[in-house]
Amino acid sequence: MSTPIEPGGKFRYIARKRRTKEDRRFIVGAGRYAADIALPGTLHVALVASPYPFARILSIDPRAALAAPGVKAVVTGDELERATGPLMSGLDIPKVKRYPLAVGLARYAGEWIAAVVAESRALAEDAAELVEVAYEPLAPVVDPEAALEPGAPAVHPDHGSNLLYRRKFVFGPVEEDFARAAHRLSFRARWNRSSTVPIETFGVTASWNPATQLLDVWASIQMPKFPDQIARALRIPGNAVRVHFDVDVGGSYGVKRGIKHSVLAGYLARKLGRPIRLIEDRLENMRGGDAHGPDRIFDMSVAFEENGIIRSLRIRALDDVGAHVGRAPLQLGKPIGAIVGPYRIGSVEYEAISVTTNKTPEEAVRGFGQSPTNFALETAVDRVARHLGMDRIALRRLNLIRHDEFPYTIPSGSTYDSGDYHAVLEKALAAAGYDELVRRRDAARAAGRPAGIGISCCLEPSGGNAAFEPLLNPKNETTTWMEVCGVKVDLNGAIVATMGTSSSGQGHETLAATAIGEILERDPDTIRVVHSDSLTALPSNSPVGSRMAIMLGGAAAGAAEKIKAAMIRIGAHNLGAAPDAVDYSGGDVVLRADPAKHLTWDRIVEIAHRKFHRLPPGLEPGLQAMHVWEVPTGGAMPGPDGRVQMYPCYAFEAHVVYAELDPVTGQVRLGRYAVGHDCGTMINPDIVHGMTYGGIAHGIGAALYERFHYDAAGQLLSGSFMDYLIPTAHEVPEIEIVDHCTPSPLTTFGQKGSGEAGYLGAPAAIASAVNDALAPLGAQIATLPMTLSALGEILAAAHAAIP
Amino acid sequence: MSEHKIALTVNGARREAEVPSRLTLVDFLRDVLALTGTHVGCEHGVCGACSILLDGRPVRACLMFAVQADGAEITTVEGLAPEPGTLDLLQDSFWETHALQCGFCTPGMLIAARGLLAETLTPSDEEIREAIGGNLCRCTGYKQIVDAIKLAAERMRQSNAAGGDRVDAD
Repeated sequence: MSTPIEPGGKFRYIARKRRTKEDRRFIVGAGRYAADIALPGTLHVALVASPYPFARILSIDPRAALAAPGVKAVVTGDELERATGPLMSGLDIPKVKRYPLAVGLARYAGEWIAAVVAESRALAEDAAELVEVAYEPLAPVVDPEAALEPGAPAVHPDHGSNLLYRRKFVFGPVEEDFARAAHRLSFRARWNRSSTVPIETFGVTASWNPATQLLDVWASIQMPKFPDQIARALRIPGNAVRVHFDVDVGGSYGVKRGIKHSVLAGYLARKLGRPIRLIEDRLENMRGGDAHGPDRIFDMSVAFEENGIIRSLRIRALDDVGAHVGRAPLQLGKPIGAIVGPYRIGSVEYEAISVTTNKTPEEAVRGFGQSPTNFALETAVDRVARHLGMDRIALRRLNLIRHDEFPYTIPSGSTYDSGDYHAVLEKALAAAGYDELVRRRDAARAAGRPAGIGISCCLEPSGGNAAFEPLLNPKNETTTWMEVCGVKVDLNGAIVATMGTSSSGQGHETLAATAIGEILERDPDTIRVVHSDSLTALPSNSPVGSRMAIMLGGAAAGAAEKIKAAMIRIGAHNLGAAPDAVDYSGGDVVLRADPAKHLTWDRIVEIAHRKFHRLPPGLEPGLQAMHVWEVPTGGAMPGPDGRVQMYPCYAFEAHVVYAELDPVTGQVRLGRYAVGHDCGTMINPDIVHGMTYGGIAHGIGAALYERFHYDAAGQLLSGSFMDYLIPTAHEVPEIEIVDHCTPSPLTTFGQKGSGEAGYLGAPAAIASAVNDALAPLGAQIATLPMTLSALGEILAAAHAAIP
Repeated sequence: MSEHKIALTVNGARREAEVPSRLTLVDFLRDVLALTGTHVGCEHGVCGACSILLDGRPVRACLMFAVQADGAEITTVEGLAPEPGTLDLLQDSFWETHALQCGFCTPGMLIAARGLLAETLTPSDEEIREAIGGNLCRCTGYKQIVDAIKLAAERMRQSNAAGGDRVDAD
């Protein structure tokens, strides 16, 4: 099954073709997702949602609903406000409170007003229609810039304004660089609201056992510190909440953070003494699931020289987080760690503004704000090239950080660990057949079809630290985001690894088994990896921020190293030799001076488990180890000027894509698509490639199709799969990935993160291609998604302008 | 809510039940027969996660009521493998090319692919994309799924021995 990717590669199992451990259960339909958890006696929840984007809740009359068949309870926000604590926010905004159900005000259309609990979901839905809510509609604020105007309706009146966060960071001599540079240009880029929209909606089952005082939770979750947040909101000890991380999560890419769902289910389970199940339907998911993504306006200024050297940037990023505030505003902070992209830009000003409006709340989305930022940066680079009449690739070659400059510290204080951006870009251009693409584009243009080639060079900061927490909230002194893995070898010599978080498709079991197998020189296929529950695991910070290859990989390898060290000590002791006089080989310990003398894996395991009298003094019996891996480069608070090391490792991707537009309708057809990708050592190439293909598909959606569109009155117009368009196999072209490997000096095997790959560069590349196609017409677009109607209008205007 | 008696064949076994008229086929499979391999993604017929074979053809189990399946022959993902503990060539090909990540759309993808390969063992890339064009996947970008179906077709073409469509993978 294992064939070397690179003959002579230094690894035994890593970086080689290997079937995943997880796929086996999914291909026979034996995954175990949140909706598959069926406990006896379970009650089901349906939700009453606000039809208004902004309204005062005058009264809620549950009587008719309570009289309906099978109904056990109707609860409201007032009850939850009395009985639970508010959900956590990432910012220091104590007057902006959030509960699972609206309290006093409905702040967006679709917000949950009441929960109806019944013997079946169907009965609960029947009864939800009978709950009578009296509203006093208020004028909503929908536009994020209007929300900042004096006199705008306040979404959270106690907070006093709709401004949640604003800070202008100045990194380096921005004023001077702008004054000195030969050229300046400015533009606005718009990243409209979309999200990851997994095919599985969010679901949770909670069950309270009064005899053990334990709340069991099975959820479709990908969220840092999820168990702690449930306990805090329910005002019970952390050790009274047991989150089962062995639930398979049907996709997340950031958003599976149903904290309000889970607190509500936990509260109801405790109140009613029966298991509670809350599974979103698709419409609830898209409107009231609180899982929209960044909704961002960039005002960009660039200062540059006649020869194309970019000196400085001014970025103003205004993000509309919607009506409630969780961690979403922190997505303005993470991009500071890669705020100049892969370029040698000497100074940058970055103003981050977070605004609340009467829309569905925003949640963390793949890249945590980096993909919109990359789109704005790459659009700036393309515009500089266009302004100077310079080739876009030559301009990038000129400004990209050079291979010999790493480690490279950018003005905002983050150091890029390693990279070879020029080599990756060249590989992508070669794979795309760039010269041939140029001929094709020019031929298409000559035949009257707008055609373009897109280029993007983007970073994927990885290793998920939480440095943006103290950066945006000085009261938060979080400086570690460790990850943990436990490894044990049982009496029969079999290896079991334990991880403390759930997975949503990233192949963590394969990852951990491969890392452990590599260290212990044992076949990863024979290693079992289990997802523990939150009570038996040490803390995890969950698979966010492209961190698990680095963090779980490092923790698993660290635990395996401890096992290996113990085995070497046992072997040496029983061979009558010093530990440095033996070799570890394939699980056996061999006397270096006389290789005929050795102890096998099985013998060492037996001694460890049964023969205390043969253990070296001071060694504990059994073979087990836990290893906690702190984020490399982590541990420091941001400086007063905001300079900070955000994430440790920086993967790089260069996209080249060909696009043609229908000359009348503007419909975009993507052609050749090549991406050069460098995420250091790939622990499992199939998994890395899969996430990259998927990220590109997701990026195609964000660039061309996907938008949570609101009308001026605050109603969501695209709240189903009929109108929120996710790319199908028809919209995603054949993609070629070209690998490159610049190992990270900071990690166990040289690996970097890759979970956000593709998505971080695809929207920028497709926007680049469309703009290249529009260039001969004198037109341009910097608004995503570039919808059919927007492009059709641009083409019509361009044709009308031709005399 | 009126109840209806239905009898149908699911994965080769005859099943009888009394179901409410408003019960969808996918809820019947999942909640009544405990066949949870078939997934519910949108309940409005777009995502394809609930795809099953109904009399040999891929259909959306969320767009049908259970009563409409009276007398039908249904295959779900649990019924694809020739025997428990084995995989068919299509499933094994999905594993080989890593044609999935979270696995949620996978049962529907397998059903769509099975429907295609029942019609042709020499599908073009376009035919494959057409066959899975009604199934959304958010993880893979479809590339490794297309590869898996091509691989399965190739292996099925080459496997002409009786029982060749089977892999003892465990």
